Amino acid sequence: MAKKLMTGNEAVARGFWEAGGRVVSAYPGTPSTEITENAAKYQELYAEWAPNEKVALEVAIGASMGGARSLAAMKHVGLNVAADPLFTVAYTGVNGGLIIVSADDPGMHSSQNEQDNRNYARAAKIPALEPADSSEAKEFTKLGLVLSEQFDTPVMLRLTTRIAHSQSFVELEDREESANKTYKKDISKYVMTPAGARPRHVLIESRMEALAEFAATGEINRAEYRSKDIGVICAGAVYQYVREALPDASVYKLGMIYPLSYQSIIDFANQVKKLYVIEELDPFIENILKSWGIECIGKDIFSLCGEIFPETIAGKLAGCPLPEISENPNIPPRPPVMCAGCPHRAVFYMFNKLKLTVTGDIGCYTLAAAPPLAAIDSTVCMGASIGMAHGLEKALGRDSSVHTVAVLGESTFIHSGITSLINTVYNQSAVTTVILDNHITAMTGHQNNPASGYNAKGQAAPALDLAALVKACGVPMVNVVDPFDLAKSERVLKESLAFDGPSVIIYRQPCVLLGRTVTNTKYEVNRQNCIGCKICLKCGCPALGYSEGKAVIDQQQCTGCGLCAGLCPKETIEAVKKEGK
Amino acid sequence: MSYSCNIIITGVGGQGTVLSGRIISLAAEAAGYDVKVSEVHGMSQRGGSVITQVRFGDSVAAPIIAYGKADIVLAFEKLEALRIMPYLTPNGKIIVNNRALLPMPVITGVMKFPDDIEQQILAVHKDAEIFDALALAEEAGNAKALNIVLLGRLSKHFDWPLNYWTDAITAAVKPKFIDLNIKAFALGRESK
Repeated sequence: MAKKLMTGNEAVARGFWEAGGRVVSAYPGTPSTEITENAAKYQELYAEWAPNEKVALEVAIGASMGGARSLAAMKHVGLNVAADPLFTVAYTGVNGGLIIVSADDPGMHSSQNEQDNRNYARAAKIPALEPADSSEAKEFTKLGLVLSEQFDTPVMLRLTTRIAHSQSFVELEDREESANKTYKKDISKYVMTPAGARPRHVLIESRMEALAEFAATGEINRAEYRSKDIGVICAGAVYQYVREALPDASVYKLGMIYPLSYQSIIDFANQVKKLYVIEELDPFIENILKSWGIECIGKDIFSLCGEIFPETIAGKLAGCPLPEISENPNIPPRPPVMCAGCPHRAVFYMFNKLKLTVTGDIGCYTLAAAPPLAAIDSTVCMGASIGMAHGLEKALGRDSSVHTVAVLGESTFIHSGITSLINTVYNQSAVTTVILDNHITAMTGHQNNPASGYNAKGQAAPALDLAALVKACGVPMVNVVDPFDLAKSERVLKESLAFDGPSVIIYRQPCVLLGRTVTNTKYEVNRQNCIGCKICLKCGCPALGYSEGKAVIDQQQCTGCGLCAGLCPKETIEAVKKEGK
Repeated sequence: MSYSCNIIITGVGGQGTVLSGRIISLAAEAAGYDVKVSEVHGMSQRGGSVITQVRFGDSVAAPIIAYGKADIVLAFEKLEALRIMPYLTPNGKIIVNNRALLPMPVITGVMKFPDDIEQQILAVHKDAEIFDALALAEEAGNAKALNIVLLGRLSKHFDWPLNYWTDAITAAVKPKFIDLNIKAFALGRESK
């Protein structure tokens, strides 16, 4: 059988394809994005980018009701957005198998929090599977679809960054076509009125009992007995770390992390002298064991925060000295920055210069919170910027909106900013909303969105007219501006701030990494005339530097956007034509 | 004792550590090894410090490399080389592009860029291979092939047939860049 190195995300898409899956809907979010990108490459799969995770899950629920095997993928915080349909699809159950992928991010490599979404499985009363490598990511996707149909339940597939973005070998199998199940109208199953939902709740409680019995069959969970001095219960990436750090320990390896089988776990616990539960983030498994009166050690010695590493386990359980990790204070940190030529930069430079209060949002532009731009006051969740600016005005008075802006990208605006914009019109605040329209969902690696003009498969699609949309919401002042036109950008911003009513500015310029901005111009500093004032450095462009008292521009990185030239008070930054490109 | 090799590739977001990890893993697969790779995507890619970890050997469990357990560091930028050094085993090999990319705290003047990075590396690893990989990439035809020049240099540490590497490059890069990258690889492999 052919095998291939795959990331966990590629393997999930492969497993879904092999299992005869049909419909994938998702909103991009690290570390889940490549599931849908890879699904879109299979001709037999319908794959789409939805405007947000709630829509994505609803699409998958509809497809499942229609009889197709379906999947919705999202990052952990995306499931917060999709939590509303989640808790009720748990009641309706499925027709075609339904997988909900939650890609969690312990260690917050690319997230605003590190919530532990295993809690959602318990709260919504659905089973959750957690693979420990790419091979299992594929197998558990397939098994999840079978369990979903067998137990009439949506199934959570929980990944973490180290599974989603790690590669290991996967055996490739053929696709088995699954005939679409017939759709039959059944209001007792799909119409969740109080009268319809009460009997369904009784059913899902017995479904969880049946799933706990399945967990005892050994099809997905297994006891590995070695030395019985130490027994460890674990799942996911942590299983690999335990095997690495404690090769002699006995392990109860969970593939289904919820629900658990009491009998299987007590049997394992009785075999070993000392029982540990090693899990990242919350004491999810540990607390269940303790509620059953099973003695175990977990969060007494492992942190509730961040990732667990092999050396941590070796240090705490095998007595290997923990390495002393000391940061060398003389090594400058290298935080991520907005790219050279990023069209967002000019806008934040202006916010900084005008000393505005800026409610921010989630996207590349969140990077403008760091110096030297330092032009963001808040970042909470997707779409929060506009609602928070409205709230600030209600707390501080209408005058505060004269020096406050809400800023978000077009994808985030479509995701969940639009409802808050309607609120500023309906409840009559004077919030200025800045939409940075770069035609793409950039931070997650360039996914198309409803304003891009292309769909998830790269085919042409209608592009949302943002200006018409915000006008239709009733916003009286709407402007579309090129952010590289510094004078006009600033004039329109000042007018919008002064306007006594809600206003929107769409700063429109494609992401520099899209390669649609073709230029053979670069900029160089005329070192004779440069006075070394460092004003250009305040725009925070990584192509700029400073040596021997003068500014310099790295020709490798310069994209020719010309922002620094526009800032230079002595006009010493000059455009230079380069041959070719 | 079973064989295993831990490689950390470090650089600045956008320099191509993920692609390099892919090529090493394909070559290691051709050599018959079990392979695991851990990458970083998303926010960390935007010009920040990035690392890709490749592990191969008879059998590999964890996809990540423990502190102090890297056998080889391949650094695309010299400040990142200095930053990652504590991950190397005492006898580890370190291969470094000698060019610097300034991080934002240096550009804004908050911090100073260390001017003795090469000496600091050599003080700990006296056989460190520090060379001008960018010049070789430019010689090959494109500065962006820097990552492949470094792979060429790395390849000297393995007695694998050359085609393991060239096949891996051919499989991993876009068709129109194959020739350029094969040339960059050769220049790195021949460099002294």
